[in-house]
Amino acid sequence: MNKHTRIATRIALPAALLLAAFMSAGTAYAQKQGGVLKMYHRDSPASASIHEEATFSTVTPFMGIFNNLVMYKQDVAQNRMDTIVPDLATSWSWSPDNTKLTFKLREGIKWHDGKPFTAKDVKCTFDMVMDKSPTKFRKNPRKTWYDNVAEVSVNGDFEATFSLKRPQPAMLALLASGYTPVYPCHVSPADMRTKPTGTGPFKFVEFKTNESIKVTRNPDYWKKGRPYLEGIEYTIIPNRSTAILAFIAGKFDVTFPTEVSIPLLKDVKKQAPKAVCMVEPTNVSTNLIVNRDAPPFNNPEIRRAMALTLDRKAFVDILFEGQADIGGSMLPPPAGVWGMPAQMLATIPGYGTDKKKDRDEARSIMQKAGYGPAKRLSLKVSTRNIPIYRDPAVILIDQLKEIYIDGELDVVETANWFSKVARKDYTIGLNLTGSAVDDPDQNFYENYACGSERNYTNYCNRDLQKLFDQQSMESNFEARRKLVWEIDRKLQEDVARPIILHSRAGTCWQPQVKGMTIMINSSYNGYRYEDVWLDR
Amino acid sequence: MTAYLVRRFLLMILTLFGISVIIFVLLRIVPGNIVDILADAAGFVNPAEKARIEAELGLDKPIPVQYAKWIGGLTRGDLGFSYVSEKPALDEILPRIPITARLAAAALVFSILFGVPLGVISAVKQNTSLDYGLRVLSLTGLSMPAFWLGLLILMAFVSLTGTLPIYSAAPKSFIDSLIMYSVPAAAVGFRSSALIMRLTRSSMLEVLRQDFIRTARSKGASEKSVNYHHALRNAVLPVITIIGIEAAFLIGGLIVTETVFNIPGVARFLVEAIRWRDYPIVQNLVMFVALIVVVTNFLVDMAYTALDPRIRYSD
Repeated sequence: MNKHTRIATRIALPAALLLAAFMSAGTAYAQKQGGVLKMYHRDSPASASIHEEATFSTVTPFMGIFNNLVMYKQDVAQNRMDTIVPDLATSWSWSPDNTKLTFKLREGIKWHDGKPFTAKDVKCTFDMVMDKSPTKFRKNPRKTWYDNVAEVSVNGDFEATFSLKRPQPAMLALLASGYTPVYPCHVSPADMRTKPTGTGPFKFVEFKTNESIKVTRNPDYWKKGRPYLEGIEYTIIPNRSTAILAFIAGKFDVTFPTEVSIPLLKDVKKQAPKAVCMVEPTNVSTNLIVNRDAPPFNNPEIRRAMALTLDRKAFVDILFEGQADIGGSMLPPPAGVWGMPAQMLATIPGYGTDKKKDRDEARSIMQKAGYGPAKRLSLKVSTRNIPIYRDPAVILIDQLKEIYIDGELDVVETANWFSKVARKDYTIGLNLTGSAVDDPDQNFYENYACGSERNYTNYCNRDLQKLFDQQSMESNFEARRKLVWEIDRKLQEDVARPIILHSRAGTCWQPQVKGMTIMINSSYNGYRYEDVWLDR
Repeated sequence: MTAYLVRRFLLMILTLFGISVIIFVLLRIVPGNIVDILADAAGFVNPAEKARIEAELGLDKPIPVQYAKWIGGLTRGDLGFSYVSEKPALDEILPRIPITARLAAAALVFSILFGVPLGVISAVKQNTSLDYGLRVLSLTGLSMPAFWLGLLILMAFVSLTGTLPIYSAAPKSFIDSLIMYSVPAAAVGFRSSALIMRLTRSSMLEVLRQDFIRTARSKGASEKSVNYHHALRNAVLPVITIIGIEAAFLIGGLIVTETVFNIPGVARFLVEAIRWRDYPIVQNLVMFVALIVVVTNFLVDMAYTALDPRIRYSD
C-alpha cells in the first residue's frame, strides 16, 4: 500500500463509516412515530379470543395485542421455516432425538395489566389449548394441532419445553402462526373473549359488537421503538360496496386484508389511482366434497369421472378473471412452499389441458356405470349460502352436466352448513378450506387423516397416513417436500377432495401507509402491524 | 272513554304476550342455534363441547322453562346476556336505540315535509304537467329499492365531493347529527314520502269533491284556506294512519339503510343477532319493536279523536 493509498484509506474509511452511520441513522429515523391507522373490518368477530376462533376476522385486529413464542418474520411475504424468528422466546433448541423443543424466554416482559410474563403463562396457554387444564375455552378449534405434544413443562420462570410423542419439526411452524399467541394465566377465557390482555405492541381499548374495534400503542412494549402507530381503529362495515367506497373516499388507510375481489380491484384502481394494491394467494382452496358412502359415489370410478370433468381453468377465468392458482391440496408454487410443481400436476388425471379427452373418458366411465343421455343422474349440490361458495357451485353444476349429472343447487345457511356436512347429509358439495399455516402437517392431518373432525369426506387411507407421519418426522426439507408431493399426488388421484382452485384476493392501502407486508401463503400470520407506520 | 282505554291497554298486553310466544317458539324452531354457529366457525363439532356450551347458556332446559326465565327477567328489567358479546343484552340494545330513533325521526320528518305538501299540490293541480311530474316522482320513490338508491347516493357523493356520508363516529353536536343523518334519512324517507304523497293526493281529491268544499268556496274562502284548512284537515286521517305505520316500520325496518350507510342501529344489529341466533338480543329487540308498533297504533287511534271531533270511542 503506497503513501497516497494509505492517506486515501485514512480519509475514506472514516468517511465511509460516518456515511454508513448516517445512512443507518437515516433508516432508523425514516419511520415516523404516531398516527392512528384506520381500517375497515369485514364483519363483527364472534370474540376477541384468537385461540377460540377459526377466522382471520379475529386474528387481524387482535394479533397485535399478543406475542407468540416464535413468529413468522413480519416483513417477509412468504412463510417458511427459515423465516421463523424469536418472539417471546429468545431462542429455541431441539433435543438430539428431536422430541423435545425447548424455548428460552425473554425476561422482564410485562402483560398489559402490569403483571410479569413467565414460563407458567406458556404452560397455561398450551395446557388449555390441549384441553389439559381445568380452565376451559368455550371453543377450542386447534386442539388437534397439538395431538403430538405429550406435555409442556417449565424449568424456572424463563424456560419452557414441549415434549413430543414423536419428532415433528413443523411444530415450530404451528407455534409461529398468528393463531398461536401466548395468553396470560391470570386472565379468564371469558375476559380474553371480551377484553383481551397480552404482551404485544398494541393494547386493547374497546370492542363494540358490529361497530368498531380499537387498539392503542403499548408504551411499555419490550421491543424498543415499536410500534410506530399510535393505534389502530377498525370500523366494522359488513357491506362490501360501502366499505370500498369509504376506502376510495379516503376514510380508511387500508382495506380489510384480502377482501378486495378482482372485479372490485378495478374500481379501486380507477377511482383511487394512488392506492397501492396487491393481489396475493390467500391459501384458501375451493374444493369438491363427495359423500363416499352415498351411492353411486361409493363407486370410486364415478368419483374419478367427476374429477375428470372439472375444468379448473374455466373456474379461474370466470370467478377470478384468470387470477387464481391451480394446484393440489398444498398451495402451488411460487407462493406455496410445498405445492407440486406444474409439470407434476399436469400428469394427474383431470389436470391436463385436453379437457375434451378428459370428459370423453369421464362420459365413458359414466356409461359403464349405467348412465347416459337417456338416463341422467339427478342430485343436489350442497353449499353454503354465501357468494364465494355459491358462485363456484353454479359453475360446478354446469360442468357436471357434461357427464350426465343434473345437479340442483342446495344452498344451506351458515348456521346449518357444518352440521349438515358433519352428519354426511349431502351427496356432493362445494366447500372452501383455508390453511392457517402453509405446512403439510396442518393440512394433511386436519383434512385427510382418518377420523379427523374436519375430514368432511371421511377419506381414509391407512398407507397414506403412514406417509403423513413419515413426512412429518422428516427434518430434511428436500426429502420432506418429495414425500409431500407424493402424498398430494395420491390424494388427487384418489379423489379425496378434488381441489378446484386456490384463490387470490386483493388488499389496498393509501400511499401514506408504509411497512405493510401481505403474506402470500397464509391469511392468518401477518397482522402484528408493529412495523407499519404512517407517512402523513 | 276510560273503559275503551283500559280495553285497548289490555289488548296491547295480550298482543305483546302473543308476540313474545311466537318469537320465542319461532326462534327455537329455526334449524341451528348459537352453538351450531360457533362450531361452524370453528369448523368442527365436538358433541361434549357442544353440550357444555348449551348447558352454560341454558339451552339444554325445556322451552317452557327458558320462556318463563326470559319473561320473569323481563318483568324485573333483566334482559339476560348476549350469547356473542357476553355483555348484558340491555347494554347492547340501549345505546343503539337512540341512533335508530334519530334516523327514523329524521326520515319521518323528511317524508312528511315532502309527502304532504307535494300530495296536496298534486291534487289541487290535478291533470296538469306539475301533477304528472309529481306522480312520476312518487312512483319512482315507491319502485326504487332502498339499497340501490343508498348505494347510488354514496357513489354520487364519492364521485362529486370525494367524501362519503356514512356513520363513522358518534356525532358530538346537533349540527353533526344533522349532517350525519340527513343523507340516509333522505334515502329511506324518499320511499315513505312517495307513499304519503300518493295517499295525500287521493285523499285530497276525494275531499275536494265534497259539498262542504263547494260551500266554503261559495262563501268566499280563499283557495289556500279551502285547500289547507278545510280539505287537508279532512283528508289527513288516512295519511296519519300511514304515517303511524311508517313510523313503526322505520324503527325495525331500516336494515338496508343501516347496512348501506353503516349505521350501528337496532335494525342492523337485529339482523346480525338473528344470524348468530343470539336469542336474548333477538327476543328483546323484537319485543321492543313490537312495543313500538303497538303503542304507535294506539297513539294513532287517539290522534283520530283530536283531529276529527266526530270520532268518539264509546264507553
